[in-house]
Amino acid sequence: MSIVPVQAATLWWREITRFRRQRSVIIGSLVQPLIFWVLIGWGFRASFKPSGMPAGIDYVQYFYPGVIMLVLLFTAIFATIQTVEDRQAGFLQGVLVAPISRATVILGQALGGTTLALAQGLIFLALAPLAGIALSLSAIVTTAMMMALIAFALTSIGLTIAWRIESTRGFHLIMNSILVPIWFLSGAFFPANGAPSWLAWVMRINPLTYQMAALRKGLYLAYPAAAIGALPPFSLSIPVSIGFAIVAFAVASRVASRTSAV
Amino acid sequence: MDIQEVVSDRVGSRGDAAAPPLALEVEHLSFSYSERRALDDVTFAVKAGEIFGFLGPNGGGKTTLFRILSTLAASASGTARVFGHDLAGNTMAVRRRLGVVFQHPSLDQKLTVAENLAHHGRLFGITGTRLHERSRLMLERLSLTDRANDVVETLSGGLKRRVELAKAMLHEPELLILDEPSTGLDPAARREFHSALAELRAANRVTIVLTTHDMEEAGQCDRIAILHRGRMVAIGAPGELKARVGGDVIVIRAAAPETFSRKLAERFSVSGTIVDGTVRVEHPRGHALVAEMVDALGGEIDSVTFGKPTLEDVFIHLTGDRFFAGAPDSAS
Repeated sequence: MSIVPVQAATLWWREITRFRRQRSVIIGSLVQPLIFWVLIGWGFRASFKPSGMPAGIDYVQYFYPGVIMLVLLFTAIFATIQTVEDRQAGFLQGVLVAPISRATVILGQALGGTTLALAQGLIFLALAPLAGIALSLSAIVTTAMMMALIAFALTSIGLTIAWRIESTRGFHLIMNSILVPIWFLSGAFFPANGAPSWLAWVMRINPLTYQMAALRKGLYLAYPAAAIGALPPFSLSIPVSIGFAIVAFAVASRVASRTSAV
Repeated sequence: MDIQEVVSDRVGSRGDAAAPPLALEVEHLSFSYSERRALDDVTFAVKAGEIFGFLGPNGGGKTTLFRILSTLAASASGTARVFGHDLAGNTMAVRRRLGVVFQHPSLDQKLTVAENLAHHGRLFGITGTRLHERSRLMLERLSLTDRANDVVETLSGGLKRRVELAKAMLHEPELLILDEPSTGLDPAARREFHSALAELRAANRVTIVLTTHDMEEAGQCDRIAILHRGRMVAIGAPGELKARVGGDVIVIRAAAPETFSRKLAERFSVSGTIVDGTVRVEHPRGHALVAEMVDALGGEIDSVTFGKPTLEDVFIHLTGDRFFAGAPDSAS
């Protein structure tokens, strides 16, 4: 008996196989964040200095981990849209008559989305030198682990929505009006300690803030603390990120179990 | 196999050994969508090894029944047991014994035939050599071996349906349920599908329950049940049901069906019913009646058809409704 049951592993395998055969999706979920980074990062570099940003870091560098988070978010969204399409195409009904629990189905789907997001995130991580960020092996490993943790949570959130929603259009709407603003307020775009206090409070209760902090710290592992700015420490950000991933998965499993079917 | 299943297996095989086991036992099954009662107190049993069909027009309740039996629709009232396992209480045990062919495709269009089968097998916990063996056997039985590495979206409708069948049979189910299996297939593909089904049944001793609105398909079943507006109006072998219609069936197309029906009653004391603008008469000596009728009322007749009762006649006889009534059928 392996850690992941074969029933979940095969759902994971199927997501990966499908994704590999759809080149446009691979490129799409990389290009959009890349454009964001280039246009916003370099565009704002000279003029945009949010207060609270650590000294010695320019905006391209500051924004870079935020864009990695966006890559994870977009890939997670793409991967979970698959669930909506699976239901429309009829594929899901064949899965649901198999003798497995809905939690197993969610586990397979979430691991599939996580793997895809992690792969895309790693591709993007190769661009770190362009941002002027020197990477050590330990920084890469830490960042990769953080990316997997974040991707699992984001995919689980995506699945929760995907199991409840009828159409892909509705799915896009919800993702854009909920997840993108949450990303915006995670410290990806500007640091919390320069923001007005009400906004800083919103950011403080935003679980993505802790994921963002863990990712940023991992990426700047070799750098002195002063270069990162004031962020929640690993001892807070990692437990919160793990807890959030578990809760997100539990919610997705519960929603899937209660959704009567096709 | 977990302990719970072992226990339930024992409980499932209760009863005396002499009686053949029942593949499917349904008692007082009812189901409602918010207001509409889609299934109304349906009771029937299917013996192991039978091919059993549900015949009825669209909206008759077939698809609802199929959804319940496939374990996808919750909150039906009444009970259903598959080889003794309660559908609601022991869903996992039922699912292990159940092969399902949906009306809409359940294959991943982007994967190959072999990949679809492998994926399905692993969902049922089948791996390694056994998976390989089962896939090979199913591909062979359904003449799909040379298509194993084709991506599903490149296959014809008839081939796709055969892959669905291969998939549904991969985990060796004891009960195979199919929803409108021949819908959307051309006559040649339909014949192929039926012979594939017959072969599978012979080779695997599987019980088959299908829904259909196709008379020919229903006629090939060992027994059928007729569903009309959520109620089961008849159950029996096709020949038995046809015998319930009194003798021959005559259908007369006349310019004024009501008047014609009245005249028939006056002159020959036979009662005709008006179905879909035609006068329909059931009569033990149909050929004689036709001759007399044409003699006497020939001028008022546009056309006459005469024949042994079909399952469609059985349906009309039982319900007084024409079979393909109501809204045009969008599903087929």
